[in-house]
Amino acid sequence: MPAEVITQEAGVRQLSYAEAIREGLGQAMEADPRVFLFGEDVGVYGGAFGVSGDLLRRFGPERVIDTPISELGLAGAAVGAALTGMRPVLEIQFSDFVTLAMEQIVNQAAKIRFMFGGKASVPMVVRLPGGSGTGAAAQHSQSLEAWFAHVPGLKVLQPSTPHDAKGLLLAAIDDPNPVLIFEHKLLYKTKGPVPAEAYREPIGKAVVRRSGRDITIVGASIMTLRAAAAAEKLAGEGIGTEIIDLRSLRPIDFATIAQSVRKTGRLLIVYEGVKTMGIGAEIAAMIAESDVFGALVAPIARLGGADSPIPYNPSLEKASVPQEDDILAAARRLMHKRKR
Amino acid sequence: MQIPAADSATAAAVREKPALQRGELSALDDATLRAALRRMHLIRKFEEVAEQSYMRGLVHGTMHLSIGQEASAVGSTLHLRPDDYILSTHRGHGHCIAKGADPARMLAEFFGKETGYCRGRGGSMHIADLTTGNLGANGIVAGGLPIAVGVGMSIKAQKQSRVCMVFFGDGAANEGAFHESLNMAAIWKLPVVFLCENNKYGMSMDIANAMAVANVADRASAYGTRGITVDGNDLPAVAAAAKIAIDQARQGDGPTLLECKTYRLRGHSKSDRNLYRTKDEIEAWRQRDPIRRLQDELVAQQRIEARELAAIEQGAQHEIEEALEFAKSSADPDPAQLTRDVYAG
Repeated sequence: MPAEVITQEAGVRQLSYAEAIREGLGQAMEADPRVFLFGEDVGVYGGAFGVSGDLLRRFGPERVIDTPISELGLAGAAVGAALTGMRPVLEIQFSDFVTLAMEQIVNQAAKIRFMFGGKASVPMVVRLPGGSGTGAAAQHSQSLEAWFAHVPGLKVLQPSTPHDAKGLLLAAIDDPNPVLIFEHKLLYKTKGPVPAEAYREPIGKAVVRRSGRDITIVGASIMTLRAAAAAEKLAGEGIGTEIIDLRSLRPIDFATIAQSVRKTGRLLIVYEGVKTMGIGAEIAAMIAESDVFGALVAPIARLGGADSPIPYNPSLEKASVPQEDDILAAARRLMHKRKR
Repeated sequence: MQIPAADSATAAAVREKPALQRGELSALDDATLRAALRRMHLIRKFEEVAEQSYMRGLVHGTMHLSIGQEASAVGSTLHLRPDDYILSTHRGHGHCIAKGADPARMLAEFFGKETGYCRGRGGSMHIADLTTGNLGANGIVAGGLPIAVGVGMSIKAQKQSRVCMVFFGDGAANEGAFHESLNMAAIWKLPVVFLCENNKYGMSMDIANAMAVANVADRASAYGTRGITVDGNDLPAVAAAAKIAIDQARQGDGPTLLECKTYRLRGHSKSDRNLYRTKDEIEAWRQRDPIRRLQDELVAQQRIEARELAAIEQGAQHEIEEALEFAKSSADPDPAQLTRDVYAG
């Protein structure tokens, strides 16, 4: 595994997103004997995307457990272990495979506390590498986070930086509820500053990545990186972009969105999941139902995934989810619109 | 006491010297047998009251009765310790009572009351009592099996000497979760007892048409683990088989697939019109009623006085009547508290 990199100029330790997650897992396991990692190829192989790396060597096969290919069984095993005093972290190798585990996550993990009248809790974490851009086609590239954001009882996170990937993971492991973390496969190698100590980022709190007065772009995960690149170009055109990184879809931090939209009067929501019936619709409706609606100077715009499975051909694949240029174009269009 | 034809030989023996007791029966002391009989009666009375309450319109929703399956619930749990775990099914009232739940709080849950085990949020299909190791009934067929794997992992990781028994029906044996769970429990030698209550039908589907092997337990060999099939209406036989499975699980010898062949005398749920089975079949199984069978054998073997049987049954009846009053008189939950327990913390 690549060692940590110290940037010369800043003197701040830089880790990749994958390394940050691994460091968080290791710290959680060092601090709490109840924490264990399990999933397909997380041990000897080091994880399909190299996230678990050397954790097997460090913690042994009782705490870093290679499993059969049994997603439904694994999700249920996480429920059972969580119910009886453990803090399981399950890796679903590709987030697409969570379709095989829906029953245990949606019917069991999410509902047990409620169904039992508040007497039980299910403190489990499921890590799900998701998203497109790797040429893996329709069954290995989806963005299914909105499905789970529809389920009361679950928490759904989408970190965009190495810093948040570690801080949100540690918060998720502490959380007494089932938490799903959608990690973007294209982000695993991206680097950023990561504090060495074990720290937590609050679940359900968005962050403003960039301040601007003209337009608000709301997104999460890799979409905030693409929005940031677009915002640089927009700045050259005299357009001030405010970027809100949701980080958490459930619970969602509506207050931070509302505060920004009240200032800019323009809202563009960008997400990789299929646009129809997606996250953008929910956020748009929340704005429309609130008194912030009156502050809008242009209609709300959504950029989401195409109404299509993710295709194999690279140009088709790019065309199926919002890219930097799409965000740029959408922002420009929005700047020229006026609400009548 | 009515003696079924099949048992007339033992009935005759009552008046004379009892025949040699079979090992499964002699293994159980008198106090254990009385307690088991009382629990079987409690389950039967609970479900009869539940059924009557439904018929009278006192409760809504649905329920799944296990009348006729009491030996399986009580026999399999007889050798579990108080801190052992169980996971149950949609037809789970019996398992719940067998593991020690309070019928009053169960009935209150059935009535949707705040005093119920789940404060009226769960109902008949989701009763859980963590204080007795009962991790909950389950509305999803085979829903409990993967959870049992995790409980087994948890017990092992915490180096406890507990056992987890997970109940499921014959229908669940055809779910993928069954296969995944047995495999994982076997490769990791988890302290889990997979307790299949084969009551012949998955709703209306005859297991003979749903499975190409004769017994669910035959499938154990596919996972490299033990499979045992037992007469699920024979309490001492169920208890003896379950003891083997429980002891081996506790000793670290891994899971057992234990199949109790039994029969539900009532329909699948309240919508059942019994279109898939005959009255003769139901009557034949009624003759093998597990409560009556145990009572007859205990009397025949002079393990209990006939007049004591009535006292045990009346005691159970009295407890359920009190439970019904508790359920009826309890308060409904407050709608303002609807979302209180969606999240912890």
